[in-house]
Amino acid sequence: MREQKKAKEKEPMFSAKVLKLLKNPLNLENPVTVQVLGICSALAVTVQMKPAIVMALSVTVVTAFSNLIISALRNTIPSRIRIIVQLVVVAALVIIVDQLLKAYVYDVSKKLSVFVGLIITNCILMGRLEAYAMANKPWPSFVDGIGNGIGYGLILVIVAFFRELFGSGKFIGIPVIPKGFYEIGYVDNGLMILPPMALITIGIIIWVQRSRTKELQEK
Amino acid sequence: MDNLFNLFVRSIFIDNMIFAYFLGMCSYLAVSKTVKTSVGLGIAVTFVLLVTAPVNWLVDYYLLKPGALAWLSKDLADLDLSYLSFMIFIAVIAAIVQLVEMVVEKFSPSLYNALGIFLPLIAVNCAILGVALFVQEREYTTISEVTVYAVGSGIGWFLAIVTLAAIREKITYSNIPKPLRGLGISFIITGLMAIAFMSFMGIKI
Repeated sequence: MREQKKAKEKEPMFSAKVLKLLKNPLNLENPVTVQVLGICSALAVTVQMKPAIVMALSVTVVTAFSNLIISALRNTIPSRIRIIVQLVVVAALVIIVDQLLKAYVYDVSKKLSVFVGLIITNCILMGRLEAYAMANKPWPSFVDGIGNGIGYGLILVIVAFFRELFGSGKFIGIPVIPKGFYEIGYVDNGLMILPPMALITIGIIIWVQRSRTKELQEK
Repeated sequence: MDNLFNLFVRSIFIDNMIFAYFLGMCSYLAVSKTVKTSVGLGIAVTFVLLVTAPVNWLVDYYLLKPGALAWLSKDLADLDLSYLSFMIFIAVIAAIVQLVEMVVEKFSPSLYNALGIFLPLIAVNCAILGVALFVQEREYTTISEVTVYAVGSGIGWFLAIVTLAAIREKITYSNIPKPLRGLGISFIITGLMAIAFMSFMGIKI
């Protein structure tokens, strides 16, 4: 904690550099569509908005705090056992999140089933810990964690929005497609609820993003 | 016996780790550029699953489940340690992966060279922890069920990554729209493969 305060005094809390950490993961360095991290759990929880939002929040919290803790400990962790140390810190945080979810939003926690536990092996965490927190001060690491969590959440929410809208005609559980549509023959697309469409939706998101930002295109 | 075979087929085709649960996607997308490396990784994942899933099940069954410690003494019968399972599972997996790495290095250097870089990565492959957690959630009751399920999931994962690698090798020369190249098209191919795999749904032997 003391170290964190010192870092704060040296530079303003929201300097341009820190703000960039928050903004970059949203588009140019998006963890899901550019860094290809954390897809494992990203797709399975996007059938509806509600679990997707809860999942995004949980991942953001875990990423931010594990970045903070590892960054604060970074000089005392022997590099040979750092993976184990990181896993233990992350696992402890995930246990806390899991218990909280079970206590306050039990139905969502049931829906997320094993995917809360799988936050531990979510590549975003290990990726950010290795790439950023091990080499930077606690405060920027914390912000980096929040930024990446939000970037991840953004994709999750976009995918969940389309899947819920076209799959069951709802938005966060509220029916939004007018009754009249169904009367003239509109049918919810059942395929959107099934797993394959999550993959294709992400594929399309990547397509749109890369047509807009040329520097992300692969050869 | 029928039940086990059914579980085996189910875990390969219907509950496929990649196509139905998206587990292990990170390495699935990153390592599927050539068939050769993806075969190596697929075998490594299957092998690690074969070892870790039964061990994790034993740990869960005899130590963590509500009332699991009853065999130790009657006072501990109402103890529920299941909240520790995430940490214990990941520790077991990390330790076993390390062990497997050392054993393979000692006894089969050629296999070690083939798998080398992938083995440490497997510790953080979601498919491994995923199987351990699914086993816990679905409450399998015998060790043979767990082993069969783990091997089946491993083979399913192997099948998925090798097929994707084969397709990606083929499409290197195709004229794909620029923004879709690489990652984008891999996602869409995986999606189409998942739709194909859905035709196995409902199979029962």
